[in-house]
Amino acid sequence: MSANVSPDNAVGKKNGLLAWVDERFPLSKLLEEHVTQYYAPKNFNLWYVFGVLAMVTLVIQIVTGIFLTMNYKPDGAKAFASVEYIMRDVNFGWLIRYMHSTGASAFFVVVYLHMFRALMYGSYKKPRELLWVFGMLIYVALMAEAFMGYLLPWGQMSYWGAQVIISLFGAIPFGIGDAVTLWLKGDYIVSDATLNRFFALHVIAVPLVLIGLVAGHIMALHEVGSNNPDGIEIKKNKNSAGIPKDGIPFHPYYTVKDLVAIVIFLIVFFAVVFFAPEMGGYFLEHANFIPADPLKTPEHIAPVWYFTPFYAILRAVPDKLGGVMAMGGAIVVLFLLPWLDRSPIRSIRYRANWYKIMLFVFAANFLMLGYLGIKPATDLYTLMSRIGTLIYFGYFPLLFILSKNEVGKPLPDRVTYHGHGRAGEAS
Amino acid sequence: MAGITSRLAAALPLTLPLTLALMLGAASAPAWSAGAGAALETPRIDQGNVRSLQSGARHFINNCMGCHSVEYSRYSRLAEDLQLDETDVEANFIFTTDADGEPTKIGSLMTNNMTKEYGATAFGVKPPDLSLTARSRGTDWIYTFLKTFYLDPDRAGTGVNNVVYPGTAMPHVLWKYQGWQELGEDSHGDAALTLAEPGVMSPDEYDTMISDITNFLGYVADPIKETRHSMGVLVMLFLLVLLVGSWFLKKEYWKDVV
Repeated sequence: MSANVSPDNAVGKKNGLLAWVDERFPLSKLLEEHVTQYYAPKNFNLWYVFGVLAMVTLVIQIVTGIFLTMNYKPDGAKAFASVEYIMRDVNFGWLIRYMHSTGASAFFVVVYLHMFRALMYGSYKKPRELLWVFGMLIYVALMAEAFMGYLLPWGQMSYWGAQVIISLFGAIPFGIGDAVTLWLKGDYIVSDATLNRFFALHVIAVPLVLIGLVAGHIMALHEVGSNNPDGIEIKKNKNSAGIPKDGIPFHPYYTVKDLVAIVIFLIVFFAVVFFAPEMGGYFLEHANFIPADPLKTPEHIAPVWYFTPFYAILRAVPDKLGGVMAMGGAIVVLFLLPWLDRSPIRSIRYRANWYKIMLFVFAANFLMLGYLGIKPATDLYTLMSRIGTLIYFGYFPLLFILSKNEVGKPLPDRVTYHGHGRAGEAS
Repeated sequence: MAGITSRLAAALPLTLPLTLALMLGAASAPAWSAGAGAALETPRIDQGNVRSLQSGARHFINNCMGCHSVEYSRYSRLAEDLQLDETDVEANFIFTTDADGEPTKIGSLMTNNMTKEYGATAFGVKPPDLSLTARSRGTDWIYTFLKTFYLDPDRAGTGVNNVVYPGTAMPHVLWKYQGWQELGEDSHGDAALTLAEPGVMSPDEYDTMISDITNFLGYVADPIKETRHSMGVLVMLFLLVLLVGSWFLKKEYWKDVV
C-alpha cells in the first residue's frame, strides 16, 4: 500500500472521461478541495465523529422518509391507519418506519454531542463564528422538522403535543398571538388542514432548507479549516509545499476512520430499531398508539425527550409569555456564543479551571432540565426547573465577564498526537 | 426552606445519572397509566408461543370480537403467523359478512359489524378497537383488567366494576368462565378480591385463558416482533463483521500517520 500524504488521484494523469468532465464541470477540483486535499488536523478524538454521524442520520431520514411518503396519507381520517398499514402490510414497512422514528431521536443525540464538542474545544470562536451560526440554524431547522414530523402519525400525543406547542404562539400580545396560531393551524383547532400543511413543510420545505444549511455549514468549515482538541491553528505550521504539518488529507485517513465510527453508530442504531423501537416510550410514546381525538386530552402531555430541556424552561416561568420568551431566549442566546466568550483560548485543555467547572455544570444542568421536562411538574421539580433555568441563563453573562481576562495554560506549538501506527514502518 | 434544600440536595445526584442513562438510551420501564394507582400484574406470556396465540385468538374471536374489532389486522396474516390453515380460519374465525352480504374474505381486515350508534346505545360508548391497546396501555394492563372484575350494585347497567379501570362500561363478558368476584378486605385491611361464585373454569384455567388473550392482543399490536428480533440478531452479526473489517482498514491506513 502506498498511502502518501498527497494521493495519486489528485496529481496523476487524468483519464479521458474525467478530463472531459473536468473541462466542463469542476469535478476533480471539488473532490480535491473537499475530500482528497482537505487537510484535517491529525489529532481528532472521539468527539469529532458526530458531524459525520449527523450526515449519516440525515441520509437515513431522507431515504426512509421518501419510502414512507409512498404509503402515508396526510389526511385526518386516514393518517393513523396508513401508518399502521405501513407497519403491517407494506413489505419491510415496519423497518422503514422504525428507522425513521429512531432516526429522529438519533439525530438529536448526535447533534447534541456535536454541539457539546464545539463548546469543549471552542470550535465556535474566530474565525468559525459563521460556521457555528450555520450549525445553530441547522439545529433550529431540525427542531422544526422533528416537531412537524411528530404530528404526522396522528396519534394522541402527536395531536396534543402540536396543540400545546402551537398555543404557545398565542402568548404574543396585542392580538397578534391569536392571529399567528390561527395562521399556523389553518383552522381553529389542530385539524386536517394543520396535518396537510405540516406534511408539506415536513417533507419538502424544511428538508430543502436543511440540506442548504448543511451545504453552507460544510463550505464554511472547509473555508476556515477544522478546529481540533488542542484548539490551535494547524495552518500556522505549514511545510514547504504549503500543507499544514499537522494536517492529513480527509480522504483516505478520515474516511476510513469515520467508517469505523459509522459502523459502531449503526450497531447502536439498529439495536434500537430491532430490539427496542419504542425505547420504553421515549422514542415512540405510548399515548401515540391511540388515534388523535380532539375531544379527549391525554392524562400527561410531554414532548419527545429532545425538546424537554426547553420545555422545562418554559414551565419554570410562572407567566405564559415569560415562559415562551425564556424558551425562545434559551435557543437565541446560543447563537451569540462566539461573541459572548471573549477568551482567545479555544480548547478546554488549556482553559482556566473555572471554565471547566462552568461547562460541566452547564451540561449537567441541561441534562437535568431534560429529565424535568419529561416529568409531571411537582413542587420539587418546578423548583428544580427554576434553579436549572437560572443556571442555564447564568452561564452566558458569567462567561462574558470571566472570559475577558482569562488566564489559562500555555498553548503548545503543535497539536498533541501519539501515533497509533508503527512509526517508520510505513513506505 | 431548609427541608426543600436538603431534599433538592438528595435528589440531584439521583437525577443526573438517571438522565444520563436515559440520554444514553438505557430506557427504564415505561410508566403505564394505571387507573386509581392499582398495581398491575404481569402475565407469563411469550409471543413466540404459537399455541398460546392460537388459543388466545380463538377466545378473543369467540368472546370479544362481537364488540371489539382489531381493524388493522388481516385474517390472512393471522392465519400465516399463527400457522393456521386459511380454510380453517374462514370456517371458524370469520362470522361477519361484507357489504354485499357475502362472508368476509380471508384477506380482509378484522372488523366487526357493530356500529358506533349501536355501541353507544348499548354501552354508552362504542367499544374501542383493540389493535394497539397492548402498545398504548400495555399487556399487564389488559391482563389485570380481565382479571379484576367484581360485583358492584352501584353500577346500574352492568352490575360490575373493575379494579384497574373503575367505572368501565364493559360488562364482565367472561363471567361464565371466571365466575363472580367480590371486593373485600384481606387480613391486612387491603382491598382484595374473593371468588363469591365460581365459574366453569378453575382460577388457574381462567388465568391461562386470559393470559392467552393478552398474548394474542400483544401479538396483534406488534405482529412483526418475533421476526424483528431474529432478523436483528443477523443484522448485529453482520455489523460486527463489518466493524472488524473497517477497524483493520483504518489501522492499515493510519500506520502512516506519525
